[in-house]
Amino acid sequence: MRPDDRKYLSSHEWIKIDGDIGTIGITDFAVQELCSGNESDLVYCDLPEAGRSVEAGETFGEIESVKAVADLNAPLGGEVIEVNAAIEDHLEILADDPWERGWLIKIKLSAKTSDALLDAAAYEEVVAQEA
Amino acid sequence: MKQTPLHDTHLALEAKLVDFGGWHMPVQYGPILDEARCVRERAGLFDLGHMGRINVTGPDAVRYLDRLATNFVAKIPTNSIRYSLFCKEDGAPIDDLLVYKGEDDVYLVVNASNTDAVLDWMHAHTDGFDVAIDDQTATTTMIALQGPAALEVLKQVTQDTDLDALGYYKFTFGTVCGLKNTRISRTGYTGENGFELYFANGDARKVWDGLMTAGKSAGVQPIGLGARDTLRLEAGMPLYGHEIDPDHNPIEAGLAFGISFKDEKGDWIGRDALAKVAAAPKRALVGFTTDGKRVPRQGYALMRGDETLGDVCSGAVSPTLDTNIGTGYVPVELAVPGTELEMDIRGKRQSVRVCELPFYSRTRKKN
Repeated sequence: MRPDDRKYLSSHEWIKIDGDIGTIGITDFAVQELCSGNESDLVYCDLPEAGRSVEAGETFGEIESVKAVADLNAPLGGEVIEVNAAIEDHLEILADDPWERGWLIKIKLSAKTSDALLDAAAYEEVVAQEA
Repeated sequence: MKQTPLHDTHLALEAKLVDFGGWHMPVQYGPILDEARCVRERAGLFDLGHMGRINVTGPDAVRYLDRLATNFVAKIPTNSIRYSLFCKEDGAPIDDLLVYKGEDDVYLVVNASNTDAVLDWMHAHTDGFDVAIDDQTATTTMIALQGPAALEVLKQVTQDTDLDALGYYKFTFGTVCGLKNTRISRTGYTGENGFELYFANGDARKVWDGLMTAGKSAGVQPIGLGARDTLRLEAGMPLYGHEIDPDHNPIEAGLAFGISFKDEKGDWIGRDALAKVAAAPKRALVGFTTDGKRVPRQGYALMRGDETLGDVCSGAVSPTLDTNIGTGYVPVELAVPGTELEMDIRGKRQSVRVCELPFYSRTRKKN
């Protein structure tokens, strides 16, 4: 079971809500799909600048592996207040620890709910269908 | 999805398998870039069972293929292989293929995704020719061994033929891993020295295991289709569906070496259309490198200012060149090495520089 302290999108992003701050990342399954367990196959991650506004479901960045490029979608909307600067040059963090050290952006939430959010159990079903 | 006789082997190796032309094929066993380096530095083993294998026999086999194929089949020396294409009347390629000219047969190796279309096309054009078309794809299979160590490794398990004497794009028959009469060709899709082997489905495991064992000390590893795509792109080799497709003819793709306009070949399907393109090509396939981190991908636009010049056909992280590379079409006047262009990556720009194809040449490297 994946962490149940956060919500998920079926496009394999997670958001962890702490007060009015949401921390966003991608799941281990997303990383696995991109690089098949070979972290050196990850080549690029494009993240937004702090200050940018994103809406729920909007693409805020891209992540790229040797063979594929995937959108990064915001589970909830808000203003980007912090970006994980370590990721760009250390994509292996995403493979090592996608849940904590591998966070991508933090946003000041404009809303705390969305119909698209899945709990851990529902996300598990999404993964089971795709795997 | 169809499976090759080595499907269980790939599962046991924990390969990542994908749908490739209707076949469940290994795209990688480990990191793609490591697999590509393995082939450049040592040697790699490829399951190519998905490729289409078609044998053409009968008194008119050569004349028939000279009607369908772009190259001059009658002029291929016996036991030699040539690159060719089948095109429609308007010059649109149906597939590209290798033509093995035997003593009394012509053996074709075509792309997995196009095998059905090729067979339909062939059967639709037999009128007036005494030929037999034997699709051997389902009953036979194919393995490639590619890389600087390939010759020495294959020699360990081969008898009854002299591999040292087998020239590039030649084929012979020999005993491989105890299997008599195995078709052995000095061909490949990697830019390395290497071989492709053809045999019955039931023998696949014997050959695969035999080559893995023989190649162990040389560092031979199984290589997936992901690295194969990187290697063929580095070597400047086209892939159907990327560099060539119904909208991208072989002349503008730089494949004139596989096309014969000689009168002695006679008229062939697509000749007039391709001759017109050859007389006045509008665009050309180019290679390009990019200093940026983003990997070129099929469908990205090549731009100069606000002007869209053409599309990217293929792209890869090149472990051999240590940069990102791609191919794409540009107007002929811009197909000049050193030309600076931009690539539009989903709304963002990254500069690219046109360069000579191939990106990598084994023989050039040695000079």
